This record gives sequence, C-alpha cells and structure tokens, in this order.
Amino acid sequence: MKIWIKIRRPLITGLLIYFFFLLQCTFFAALELGRVKPDIMIILTAAIGIIRGRKEGMLTGFFSGLLIDIQFGSILGLYALIYLVIGYANGYSRQLFFDEELKLPLLLIGGSDLLYGILVYLFQFLLRSEFQFLYFFSHIIVPQVIYTIIVAFGLYPLILFVNRKLAAEEKRGASKFV
Amino acid sequence: MKKKNQASSANRYLAVGLAIFCFIMMGLSLISDFVAAPFRGIADLTIIPMQKGINQIGMWLSDLNDNFETLQEVKKENKKLQEKVDSLVIENNNLQQEKYELERLQELYKLDQNYADYPKVGARVIGKDSGNWFSTFTIDKGSADGIRVDMNVMAGSGLAGIVTKTGPHWATVRSIIDDESNVSSMILTTTDRCMVRGDLTLMADGKIRFEQLENNDNEVAVGEQIVTSHISDKYLQGILVGYINEINVDANNLTRSGYITPVVDFKNLQEVLVITTTKSDMIENPEDQKSQDDQNPSGESGNTDDSGDSQNTEE
Repeated sequence: MKIWIKIRRPLITGLLIYFFFLLQCTFFAALELGRVKPDIMIILTAAIGIIRGRKEGMLTGFFSGLLIDIQFGSILGLYALIYLVIGYANGYSRQLFFDEELKLPLLLIGGSDLLYGILVYLFQFLLRSEFQFLYFFSHIIVPQVIYTIIVAFGLYPLILFVNRKLAAEEKRGASKFV
Repeated sequence: MKKKNQASSANRYLAVGLAIFCFIMMGLSLISDFVAAPFRGIADLTIIPMQKGINQIGMWLSDLNDNFETLQEVKKENKKLQEKVDSLVIENNNLQQEKYELERLQELYKLDQNYADYPKVGARVIGKDSGNWFSTFTIDKGSADGIRVDMNVMAGSGLAGIVTKTGPHWATVRSIIDDESNVSSMILTTTDRCMVRGDLTLMADGKIRFEQLENNDNEVAVGEQIVTSHISDKYLQGILVGYINEINVDANNLTRSGYITPVVDFKNLQEVLVITTTKSDMIENPEDQKSQDDQNPSGESGNTDDSGDSQNTEE
C-alpha cells in the first residue's frame, strides 16, 4: 500500500508526459495557426516545475525532451537538455507561488517558451549561419509564446487539479500510517 | 535547515548529472548511430501504436466530414470527371503507343533505366514535428518494413522529402521545405542544374527557393518544371519538385535564382509513397534495382542472378 503511494506520482507524471507528447504531434499539430502551433510540452514541464519544484520539473523536462529527440531531433540529447534547463529554472519559483494564482504561472510559462525559442534558434539556426533573428523572432518565437500562453489557460488548471488530487491523497495516506 | 540544504545540493548534483548525460549522448550520436537505436525501439513499443490510433480517429472524423458534402456537388463533379476520363483515355492510348515506341528505341540504345517506374511502398503520416522550427513528420512504416535511411518520399506525383531516421515500425521524414533540406535539381526542359533549398522564412508562403542556376542562353520561363537532377547522390533522378514561380538574374550576373511552388501540399499530408530503392543502390548495381526489395537488401549477389544480355550497360 505504501509502495503504491510512492510510485503513484511518478507513474501519473509519466502518463502525463506520454499523453502530452501524443497530443503535441497529432492533435495540436492540426491546430496550427499561421504555421505556428502551441508547445504543450513546455506547458507541462514549466507547470510541474512551478508546482513541484526543481527536481520534478527537471526530470519531467528531461524525459519530455528525450521523447522529442528520439522522434524528431537531429542529435540525441539536445532537446532533453533544453527542457531540463527549463524545468529546473521554473522550480526556483516554487517558494513565491500561491496556490490559486494563475497570472504568475502563465507568465513563467510564456518566459519559458521565449527561452526555448531563443535556445533552439541559437543551437539549430545560428550555428548554420542563419542570421535573420528578427524575422524568426517576430514570425515564430513570439507567435508561439502567445499561442502557448492561450493554451496554458486551459491546461495549467488541469495539471494543477491532478496535482492537488494526488497531494490530498498522499496527505491522507500519510496521516493514516504515521 | 541542514536537511533542506542537503536536498537542494542533491538536486543540483542530479541536474548536473543529467546535463552531462545529455552532452555525452549528443557527442556519441554525432559519432555513430548505436546510442539512438535502443531509444527508437522503446518509442516503437510505446508511442507509435498510440499515434497510429489517434491518426485513425482523425481519418474517421475527416471521412465523416466528407460524407456531409451534398450529393449534388458530387454528381456535378462526377459528370465533369467522366468527361475528363474520356479525354484522358484517348490521350493515354496515344501515349501508350508512344511508350512502346520509346521502349523499343530505348532497348536499341540499351537505356533500360526507366525513371518513372521506381518501386514504391505506401505509408501513412502519423505525426508531425513537435516544434515550429522544422518540417519533419513520422510515417507508420520502418526498418522492419524495408524502409531505410535516404529513401526518397513522394506524395502524389511530387517529391515530399527523404527518410532521415528509422525505427522498427516508424520512420522520420524530412520534407523538402525544411530549412536543412538541399535538393540538387534541374530544369526539365533545358537540364540546367540548380539547388533547391528549403527556407523557414518562406515556409508560410508555401514556396521554396532555388539558386545557382547558370545564367546561360537557355531561356527559362515561369511555370516550367523542376525535377531532381542526375548528379544528386541522395535523390533519384527525374522526380518532380515543383513549378517555377519567379526567376531573377542574380547580382553577380553569373547565376539565376528564384522561387518554386512545390507540387506537394505539405499542410495536408496524409499518405505518402516511399521509393524503396536509394540512389546508392542504383549506383552500386543499376541492373538490380527493380527486384531490389524482394530478396537481397544488400544487393551484392544481384549482379550474377538475372543479368540478361540486353542489360549489360557499358560504363
């Protein structure tokens, strides 16, 4: 029984990563607007980081990025590293975070997406001497940030809800056994 | 307080450890392919079946949507198509006659590589790139189905891309509009060579750039076809890439460049055809290309088996 409580959270977070990835490259690929689609893996990574702290944000980011690397990356590990950094950085905000607040998490998710766009540009485009940063910034990075924030309005409360359910049961389990 | 510090330093070690792991994987995957193979196997077991399932639901929904189109529209279209079929049948007959003539003449010249008849395998598109920077997609066939890296992928009558990665039951295809894509091509009428380069800044307009076309006396007009060239070492010869949209002489007066409208509609890709011979197969043993996918994937014993007397091309 105790083991079940211990493995439940990693299991459910793993399932979340799995389903978010599937939705990202099927359902959300169909929702493309002006050649830009939202990045829900960023939403998940940042949200777990914000709600659960550095360690879990980092691990979520690592595995999300690894999935992307396996299917779409040109070299293994680059996206894993970018998402890992995003998850870890968002984990620092856990101390200044109130449960009901929605503005700060959305802001952080937007910032993460901005960071992600810039990092991808640096590693995958600047290194191939593509210098039109302003074009990419205004046509891909910023639209993606806006679209992601809009989608995060719906998805962040969902992740928060799942987390709250888990936390409540963990607390109950702990008080029962201690 | 001490406990908290311990936890945060453990976090830091974990972060650094995972980052180093990422760097090692990046380094190793630059050198060789063996690191990625087990991960692809895992993806094959977990993600691919679900992607196929979701794709099927999507297709079912779009079928349902199609059914709502009014019968009248379909009838009108049917009438129009019937007329078209009639005219095409006549045209086809003429072409058939010419084809036989061509075959006979080709035999005389011992040119038996018919570029239009590459063996193909159909596949479904089951997933798109997760980000907005690249234009790649996954298909539902992989190395277990005979798909190999560098196989050309067509959609309809045009070139869609090239296989860059294969798992047991899936493969990733980089489309020709991707920023990293370079296709050596030529103008069909003049056989002048040029480079077709994917460009992220043009992706939204649905165009691709071509450059390094020699500025010679051959006149090239808007609307002419661009096909893959005979000197490319990855792309098979004669696959249609697109039609010239705009052409300009470059500032150096030596070359011409411009834009192409690709034949493939990359926004709504659902089914693609994978050509199961690669250019390197054809270079190694040109005679064996048609029975290539049957028995001998390495294609070494093929030369002795069925080399008919008419097929010995002198090189």
